[in-house]
Amino acid sequence: MGETTPEAEPRRLAEEARDRVRFEEEALDLADQVYRVARRLVSTREEAEDLMQETYARAFRAWRSFQPGTNLRAWLLRILTNLNIDRGRKQQRSPDLQPLEEGDYYLYNKLEEAGREPNVDQDRVDERLSQDDVVSALSAVPHDFRDVIVLVDIGDFSYADAAQILEIPIGTVMSRLHRGRRILKRELAEHAVGAA
Amino acid sequence: MPTAVDPCDKCEEMLQPFLDRELSNAERDEAQSHLDECGYCRKRYRFEDALRRFVRQAAVEEMPPDLKQKLADLRTPLF
Repeated sequence: MGETTPEAEPRRLAEEARDRVRFEEEALDLADQVYRVARRLVSTREEAEDLMQETYARAFRAWRSFQPGTNLRAWLLRILTNLNIDRGRKQQRSPDLQPLEEGDYYLYNKLEEAGREPNVDQDRVDERLSQDDVVSALSAVPHDFRDVIVLVDIGDFSYADAAQILEIPIGTVMSRLHRGRRILKRELAEHAVGAA
Repeated sequence: MPTAVDPCDKCEEMLQPFLDRELSNAERDEAQSHLDECGYCRKRYRFEDALRRFVRQAAVEEMPPDLKQKLADLRTPLF
């Protein structure tokens, strides 16, 4: 019952060890990319570091459940986003439920109104906004919306990947992204021109 | 009764999926042909594209060097 020949068992163990080491190396190679996303999902560097360590500890334990040939970066981020929610991040009840009148052209139009029409040929967004403005505007976007923006815009994931990572329908990814980016632009407009 | 859709409103709706490369070919062609003839939307698309790149660049914070070693230490010992 379940007996293996004396020769087969060491070979199986050696193969498993080899697969595990390969998995661990591939996961570690992706750590920089995973961190960039993690850092913007949480408020502080310390939180991001803790979250990374929890994620990798769990990934290394659960390595057998990863299907080789599928997207390892998305798999790691699925663990990470689940842990982030489990860690006590309250599932916010979409706090920004009032209608958002601003459209996608809002920031451009605000800059134009303020007499600083962006020069399309040599557009210099960085002359009007600093890195701190972006970080602060992003952190003002409610979690549910920010998660999607961070995965798609910083993590460079497709809508389908983001849906899988967050375990939400793709239509929800699109609507949160749409709304989240509008909130982000409203925040950026406050920084750029002091618009309310 | 059919209501006329303002082509610039339609174009604004397609801005996000256009830049995310998530439009179908037909939708992309539709947006592109409007952009070819509409400076109002074209300027705003270019601005959005530049803004996206800036946000992406500004939001990136590299991993602290010692964290990678901490993660490597979490590996299962071979022996």
